[in-house]
Amino acid sequence: MKPRIEVVAIDCLMVRLFEVIAEANMPWMLAATQRLRAGFGPALVDLVPSYTTLMVHYDLTALTPAQARELIDQALTDLQPQAQGSGQCHVLPVWYDLSVGPELILLAQRSGLAVDEVIRRHSAHEYQVFALGFAPGFAFMGLVDEILATPRLDTPRKRVAAGSVGIAERQTAAYPVVSPGGWNLIGRTPAKLFDRERDGYSLMQPGDTVRFEAVDHAEFIHLGGDDTPLEAQA
Amino acid sequence: MSRLIIEASTPLCLLQDAGRFGVRHLGVTQGGALDWVSMSWANWLLDNALDAPVVEITLGGFTVQAEDYCLLALAGADLGAYIDERAISPGRSFILQKGQRLRFTQPFNGARAYLAAPGGFDAPPVLGSCATVVRESLGGVDGFGKALAEGARLSYSGTGGAMKVLANPDLPSAASLDVIIGAQIGQFSGQSLFDAFNTEWALDSRADRMGMRLLGTPLHYQGPSLISEGIPLGAIQVPPDGQPIVLLNDRQTIGGYPRLGALTPLSLARLAQCLPGATLKLAPMMQPGAHAQHLRFLAQYANP
Repeated sequence: MKPRIEVVAIDCLMVRLFEVIAEANMPWMLAATQRLRAGFGPALVDLVPSYTTLMVHYDLTALTPAQARELIDQALTDLQPQAQGSGQCHVLPVWYDLSVGPELILLAQRSGLAVDEVIRRHSAHEYQVFALGFAPGFAFMGLVDEILATPRLDTPRKRVAAGSVGIAERQTAAYPVVSPGGWNLIGRTPAKLFDRERDGYSLMQPGDTVRFEAVDHAEFIHLGGDDTPLEAQA
Repeated sequence: MSRLIIEASTPLCLLQDAGRFGVRHLGVTQGGALDWVSMSWANWLLDNALDAPVVEITLGGFTVQAEDYCLLALAGADLGAYIDERAISPGRSFILQKGQRLRFTQPFNGARAYLAAPGGFDAPPVLGSCATVVRESLGGVDGFGKALAEGARLSYSGTGGAMKVLANPDLPSAASLDVIIGAQIGQFSGQSLFDAFNTEWALDSRADRMGMRLLGTPLHYQGPSLISEGIPLGAIQVPPDGQPIVLLNDRQTIGGYPRLGALTPLSLARLAQCLPGATLKLAPMMQPGAHAQHLRFLAQYANP
């Protein structure tokens, strides 16, 4: 693997490690992240991972562009993939129900599966967190079973409830806060995904893994979930 | 502690500092003053840290009354500011006596004025910054991302400060903005590269703290569709309609539209003072030259 380094701003370089989205990228991405954080030390302002890239934002009063490139080269020399299981594994309880996940029907129709089987397949896989974006704590996870892959809604909803769990193509995610959104909603989690009082703020970090666990209504409420139906919140 | 009570405000009047850092990998945006140069001068006038919390006033409509004797400083746009009935121009520190009002009426030159106080206005740092991001419910006087509102109070606790005036308070021209070329620029058509840097662009009214759209000859990207990746401040992204968008402080952290590169921070500060309809040209620049230019500029604050 030979990463490419591209100029993207006065103080940012893009490290391009892969060309396609794959779960197999993650051990390499994690290893590169760790090396870059150690190599740049306090001169690192931000490191923004996405599916195939790491954007290095460095302190331009501490490093010249040439020095920053050199640090990246050094950090990625003889890179070895990090052992599996180095990220945290989270279990997110989900109440899969039509009142909070109206696209369960659409997914069942498209796939030819029963609603229960859609739920079973979504909750059977351990997903990788590829990147966070869109909103604080919003984790892009994948890859969803190919048979469940569904494009985003033609018209995004103006208001998606906090905790809503959705699918877009082969990705799945949960909305940390109320926001507009175009993902196909299939359920809701009571988990607090972003908390300014928590160490690390976001429940999920890039490189973590996530499993969804189906819970019934009583358990969802017991865990602090809000069962207000989607329409009623519009 | 000295206090001001807000008598009039708009959703565009926000407490800001340099922004939030070290949290972009969690999907948290940067935020911070759009014209960081004027924010820095406002703080410089009071011997503050250059990134101390200031009030960013966009277009006017903001009035405060002093509840105590206050030392303040103003830099950036001329928004027709008055102390009671006396006009005050930007680029100076000044005193507001108890009971006096400072009000901003309408833009005469530029779009954003910065009001500073000794030591910075009081606000709880949230994720390391006081920058107000309404969309993320982060920062501001209450810490929960609210814009400054009528009836709320601003306070400061610093005791230092000085009566200073800027030698050259004028806003620099925004007729030409420097673009550090990079990202996917090599995958735009040759004609589009010519058009990008040789034709005029007009600033669209679709502009906010997330981004500003430029209207002109559509640009054509010829590369493959992109996988979302980190987006730096000032990135110029080109969606399928070919009309570029300059991404600003409140941008989303990752995105998948092709980019020409990114404006320099100095050019971003100039762009932040432009009103819709303004016309400008883009000029290509290489990263090392932009870096050297930036360091020379920063040295001015130490020795203006």
